[in-house]
Amino acid sequence: MKKVFKPIKTVLNSISSFFKMIGSSIHKGFAWIKKHIIKGYDLWYDWHIRKVEPILAKIRYALTHNFLYRVDGLTHIYFSFIKIKVTRKRRESFYGYMFILLWLVGFLIFTLYPMFYSLYLSFHEAYYRLESGVVTTFIGFRNYINIARSQFLLPLFGSYIGKMFVSVPLVVVFSILIAVLINNPIKLKGFWRTIFFLPVVISTGPVIQELTNQNATSLPSLQNSEILSYISRNLGDWIADPLELLLTSMLLILWYAGIPILIFLAGLQKIDNSIYEAASIDGASPWDRFWKITLPSISPLISVAVIYIVVSMSLFVEPMGILDQARIHMLVGAPDDNRWNGYGYAAAIAWIYFLLMVIIMAIFVGAVTLKRREK
Amino acid sequence: MKTKIDKKQLKIKARKLLFGMNFVDGLVYKIVIYTLLISFSYIYLYPVLFMFVNSFMSVNDLINPGIKWVPTALEYSNYTRAFAVLKLPDSIFETTSYVLKVTVSVTISSAIIGYGFAKFNFPLKNVMFALMLATFILPSQVTMVANMVVFRNLGLMSTQNAMIYPAILGQGVNAAIYILIFYQFFKTIPQVLMESAEVDGASQLRIFLRIAIPLAIPSFIIVFLFSFVWYWNETVITSLYVGNTITLPLKLAQFRGTYIELFPPGSPGSALNEAIILAGNMVTILPLLLLYFVAQRYFVESIDRTGITGE
Repeated sequence: MKKVFKPIKTVLNSISSFFKMIGSSIHKGFAWIKKHIIKGYDLWYDWHIRKVEPILAKIRYALTHNFLYRVDGLTHIYFSFIKIKVTRKRRESFYGYMFILLWLVGFLIFTLYPMFYSLYLSFHEAYYRLESGVVTTFIGFRNYINIARSQFLLPLFGSYIGKMFVSVPLVVVFSILIAVLINNPIKLKGFWRTIFFLPVVISTGPVIQELTNQNATSLPSLQNSEILSYISRNLGDWIADPLELLLTSMLLILWYAGIPILIFLAGLQKIDNSIYEAASIDGASPWDRFWKITLPSISPLISVAVIYIVVSMSLFVEPMGILDQARIHMLVGAPDDNRWNGYGYAAAIAWIYFLLMVIIMAIFVGAVTLKRREK
Repeated sequence: MKTKIDKKQLKIKARKLLFGMNFVDGLVYKIVIYTLLISFSYIYLYPVLFMFVNSFMSVNDLINPGIKWVPTALEYSNYTRAFAVLKLPDSIFETTSYVLKVTVSVTISSAIIGYGFAKFNFPLKNVMFALMLATFILPSQVTMVANMVVFRNLGLMSTQNAMIYPAILGQGVNAAIYILIFYQFFKTIPQVLMESAEVDGASQLRIFLRIAIPLAIPSFIIVFLFSFVWYWNETVITSLYVGNTITLPLKLAQFRGTYIELFPPGSPGSALNEAIILAGNMVTILPLLLLYFVAQRYFVESIDRTGITGE
């Protein structure tokens, strides 16, 4: 038996000793590398301290003690006559500017300058040429006058205004309603909130486009009803179009309520419950409580919600809508093209659109706040 | 005698059950509320449900007026076709990597800017803050004409940098909201914390990195999620500045054209129908839906964080 096992034992022993040897040599190798790295670092550090650091210190000194800029204690001296004492307040404002520097630069380059430049362009006839950039010729208010005369754009602006005046109050009322409903002591609060916030996540231009194409944006019962044809037969275009739009894309308009619902819900949760209790002890019905307590306490939020709704509705670009028109005018426009009129015209369209948007917003916010003042 | 009392008590009990002490805690009120909620959420979800159900329908089901909600058989080939047209799964990685780049830069930059506005006093701060909020109202379509020129002069046109640079500089899509979220959060951190760190010799940058950012992680998550979703869904500006096929929704916008290229008319079973397009739509919104259901809490909390309800 032993004779049989002996060779195996020796083989195993040799293998294990082999691995031990490898292991120890690896260990030794690492130790060697480590030692040399440390040695090298020490050498480098020594050299750095003795040779580099004095030079750096001299540079530092030269940078802070020269004719242009000098540091004397807490005073910074520029050009040897502008003396700025570093106070706590000044240091704080310096750091503040440093932190918002990103925004400041971006605001100047990507918002303020383009804003004024597009205002400038809107008074010009402007086209883009590859060789010379934008070529402008001053034409005064003619772009604006042309838009006012346009048979195609004017109805678009009209229906935009109509759509806003019909749908913004609708969304506000709907979102208050939903928020009040969810704020009740109901089961699965999170679940309902999740549902009503869902459209914010999934509403993207092409998807909405497709849903509109497939007639999925209105309830089937509303779609083919008599009311629609009655409206379009008997009322003028300027009121019939927005109403028709309202009925056929009812669901999409309600989809804008996602964030306003959250705004109102957050407001509702801030109302102290004891006010309700006191009111119900005094014999107020739920109806009274809604009008006398709930609505007044969330009414400041209505203007916030209105601003949000107007902005998000205006920014939605529908094909062949106003913003799409502006885009095509800009991209396609050329001097010899008599249908598309280039950058200046597009800028004028965008500015009129923006002004209309601000005016509509101001009217709504004004109406809401005025009503509040009266009470 | 006894039965009469019982009847009276029963009546009171029933009344209490139906209308409660206060009407609000009664059964009738509950039923009304749940009915309203369910019907509203049906109205709300109708387009999504429509999209989901119809994407599984075959051509015969689509034509058949008797079939509204339940298809006779699940037609998976719609999805395979939509996958082919939208070039999945490559395009999903492409979109995600582009959106991530923009989103990360917008999140970091708005954190820095929000911190600057919240923690330091400097001249003209209120004016700048008002201007910052006003940029939310200013639509990017107003400045797009001039921005095109700016981007062309800077050589950013038709590159992803045309979206990334404004994002880094705090001018991304809806950046004002993100800055506001961070601003409100950093306002709530007590100043004493910063001051004690300052006394211990920490620089302002170090305070920001070591104290402010670790505390602000929930705000980071919210801003990240929102900007991810909004950049994913943003199509107009993206197609204008970056290119027509960079993201999945942009590919969806050209679905019909791509489909005809891939399956030319005449090849067997090639006709494009609504079900296939709706399958494409489902695929496009699916990543966002998943993200939403995973991180639903943060989305819903977001409005509280902006502080517009006035604490």
